[in-house]
Amino acid sequence: MSGQHKLPDLPYAYNALEPYISEQIMKLHHQKHHQTYVTALNAAEGAYANAKTPKERIGLQAALKFNGGGHINHSLFWKNLAPNNGDGGKLYDGALKKGIEQAFGSFDNFQKEFSKAALGIQGSGWAWLGVNPQTKVVEITTTANQDPLLTHYPVVGVDMWEHAFYLQYQNVKPNYLEAIWNVINWKEGEERYNDAVQKGLDAGLNVL
Amino acid sequence: MSGKHNWPYAYNVLELYISEQICITINIIRRRANAMTPKGRIGLQAALKCNGGEHINHSLFRENLVPNNGDGGKLSFDNFQKEFSKAVLGIQGSGWAWLGVNPQTKVIEITTTANQDPLLTHYPVVGVDMWEHTFYLQYQNVKPNYLEAIWNVINWKEGEERHTDAVQKGVDAGLNVL
Repeated sequence: MSGQHKLPDLPYAYNALEPYISEQIMKLHHQKHHQTYVTALNAAEGAYANAKTPKERIGLQAALKFNGGGHINHSLFWKNLAPNNGDGGKLYDGALKKGIEQAFGSFDNFQKEFSKAALGIQGSGWAWLGVNPQTKVVEITTTANQDPLLTHYPVVGVDMWEHAFYLQYQNVKPNYLEAIWNVINWKEGEERYNDAVQKGLDAGLNVL
Repeated sequence: MSGKHNWPYAYNVLELYISEQICITINIIRRRANAMTPKGRIGLQAALKCNGGEHINHSLFRENLVPNNGDGGKLSFDNFQKEFSKAVLGIQGSGWAWLGVNPQTKVIEITTTANQDPLLTHYPVVGVDMWEHTFYLQYQNVKPNYLEAIWNVINWKEGEERHTDAVQKGVDAGLNVL
């Protein structure tokens, strides 16, 4: 139901991704940034439901896209991270690992290409590994600001907004990227990948 | 292309409002943009826009700032400040908020630009960087606190020079700052 979105709980403690992503960042990112998107999305959806003219509805589209995208993106994000002493950073043998190696030659090469894409973002945005809906092949892509990923089924997303890393890594984005590989939840990624490839399911549709 | 390479004041002079670490970080970013060779610029239009715009915007920005024991904080226009803050908080993503002169009407207006887009629709008077790197170490997500603080270090004397040049001579500060 619109207008009643809630901030999802993190699947782990705020300090669980240390030392790769600090507790301070996780708290701010979840309790302040993500919460703000949820609150604003509810307000925008409420206003949209009450809007009486196309012009009013069109006027609300930017707020819906920005805050709705923010809520989707961050909800996907928390789930595709995991503590390093758990599933974080471990790409087990399976369909996703195979798919990455087939598409990029090797996992190493995939990481290089992903980092290149993430570092190429001009402004705020997200870097994604996603499934091309037509070819079912994994590809790397980026989105601007809080635009939701619409061109691919999301497998793993990385937040490249400065609030995601600045307190810990400042302007040194490569250090952030190097660190975050240690907490990527490839198990969640593989579930999304299989759903996408086998059933044509978009994780971004079902995450809220 | 040569330009001013030095901050006009010591890094820590703007404290309490903008912490020293943030000023150092901005200067590093500016130097990175300066380091691009002419060859590197060819064919990299997107990168040039980002880094060129970044360089212009940060050059204008650091001239806007001045220590609070100097010319900073002398003027305040309550309603203008409210409108400016509203525009700033409405930026979705990274960008800049500007007070600028409308080239046709010569009236000052508030506007915003996305990412590092240079201001092309107005002659810049005062610009405020709203990228998270500008304030996050000190103010985290609380942008209103950053805005409240930065009013104390806006260099209105510089702003007035730009305004006068724009209104009387149609001169664009953004063209001449590098």
